[in-house]
Amino acid sequence: MKYFSQLKAALFLISLIPLSRLAWYGYSDQLGANPIEFITRSLGTWTLVFLMITLSITPLRNLSSWSWLIKLRRMAGLFAFFYALLHFITYIWLDQFFDLSSIYKDVIKRPFITIGFAAFVLLIPLALTSTNAMIKRLGGKRWQTLHKLVYFIAFFAVLHYWWLVKKDITQPVIYAAILAVLLGYRIWMKRKKRSIDFIRQLIRS
Amino acid sequence: MLIKKPDDIKASEITDKELYLSRRDFMRTTTQSLGALAAGIAAPGLLLTNSDAEAATATKLSGLRKSSFSTNDPLTPYKDVTSYNNFYEFSTDKYTPAQLAGTLNPRPWTITVEGEVKHKKTFDIDALLKLSPLEERIYRLRCVEGWSMVIPWVGFSLSELIKQVEPNGNAKFVEFISLQDPKQMPGQRSSVLDWPYVEGLRMDEAMNPLTILAVGLYGEVLPNQNGAPVRLVTPWKYGFKNAKSIVKIRFSSTPSVSSWMKANPNEYGFFANVNPTVDHPRWSQAKERRIGEFLKRETLMFNGYGEQVAQLYNGMDLRKFF
Repeated sequence: MKYFSQLKAALFLISLIPLSRLAWYGYSDQLGANPIEFITRSLGTWTLVFLMITLSITPLRNLSSWSWLIKLRRMAGLFAFFYALLHFITYIWLDQFFDLSSIYKDVIKRPFITIGFAAFVLLIPLALTSTNAMIKRLGGKRWQTLHKLVYFIAFFAVLHYWWLVKKDITQPVIYAAILAVLLGYRIWMKRKKRSIDFIRQLIRS
Repeated sequence: MLIKKPDDIKASEITDKELYLSRRDFMRTTTQSLGALAAGIAAPGLLLTNSDAEAATATKLSGLRKSSFSTNDPLTPYKDVTSYNNFYEFSTDKYTPAQLAGTLNPRPWTITVEGEVKHKKTFDIDALLKLSPLEERIYRLRCVEGWSMVIPWVGFSLSELIKQVEPNGNAKFVEFISLQDPKQMPGQRSSVLDWPYVEGLRMDEAMNPLTILAVGLYGEVLPNQNGAPVRLVTPWKYGFKNAKSIVKIRFSSTPSVSSWMKANPNEYGFFANVNPTVDHPRWSQAKERRIGEFLKRETLMFNGYGEQVAQLYNGMDLRKFF
């Protein structure tokens, strides 16, 4: 693709909009009555959005045959990590104010925090092994196996949201549905590939 | 020459006006909520605006008595009290009721008192306002979600109304029923809770001098999003006990099953007393964030009203009766 680096730079800047928006809201006093809740929720939402974007790149590439799409996947994944990290820091710092005993109790006693924490911890090795050097060091196959963790991470993240809401599960259901489509597509492709391989074998023998 | 006359439309084929209007209504709210949904996904909280228009139309309430039950805690700003509301009859989002509650019409309004009472009666809201001298009660409000406010309510002791209607010997519980009208309360088109909103108190809780029917805040008539024209306020209980926009008060021999108990009996109980030692199954109740403050503060037993209400629960296992 001709303008790929320009496109990538533009997408990088666009991906920073949710953060700049929070900063602007903070500056102009638009974070509402409960700013810390607002910031936490917003960062959590954007983590989910970037996880979904990351997971939709492979299906989109397959369906569109735009092979350059795959070169955007790392950036999307790293933005998911970036917003997850900010979400986590907001919780530790602004929400709990480093009250370690209370954080510890939260993590072991409250399922929605346990699962959210797990999702965040699992994201760390993926972010750390996202460089070309690390891919080389691990070897493509092992790297790919490791990065399949993202399916669990996305599932945990949706569950984290689902278990948080009091009654209205509309939003978590939307994310769950998107995730179901994205993971369903992969299962379907795998089955299809398997049956094609099987037919090929039949033809050959 | 034969000119064919168009067939008359049979009366039965004409869409009923009521139906036609409600269909338009449905389409309007559907597109609105789809729009809101899209905006919610794309930019959560982007729909945040002030409800200044609402504030401008508020009506002053004068001649308010001071109360010894009022706290000296600094007040939560009017803007926050009237823009951050849990009012599922309008929306499950806390910033939205302030924008949508304009459809609620608090005049004319009546409150029907029924059940186990000597004088079954329907009060007009303006008569209710004159039932007893209005007082200012500055109370802490602790939401089950872990945030709190300090609100200068205007109202009178519920006991004043109870004395007038004279409950009989069978009256052990009082039930508060909120308005059910999806036209005024668009959130009721969704079955997120079992409408109408129902809450209940035990008779001695209802008679406790802390329990008030609020008709205003900050010296003004209640804004719609805060439960106009009349709502319950029980400051030692979690906020959801405080039924808003009440149309019916029923005395009965059995405890009511509140909307939140129906929605999730493991998480919301009949008593719902503020208690830092009994966690909500999914989050801690030990601390709370006072709106406007940065650090969380410790939550107080009975929200700090133990002196007035602790005796109501002597000998009760508050872990069991949460």
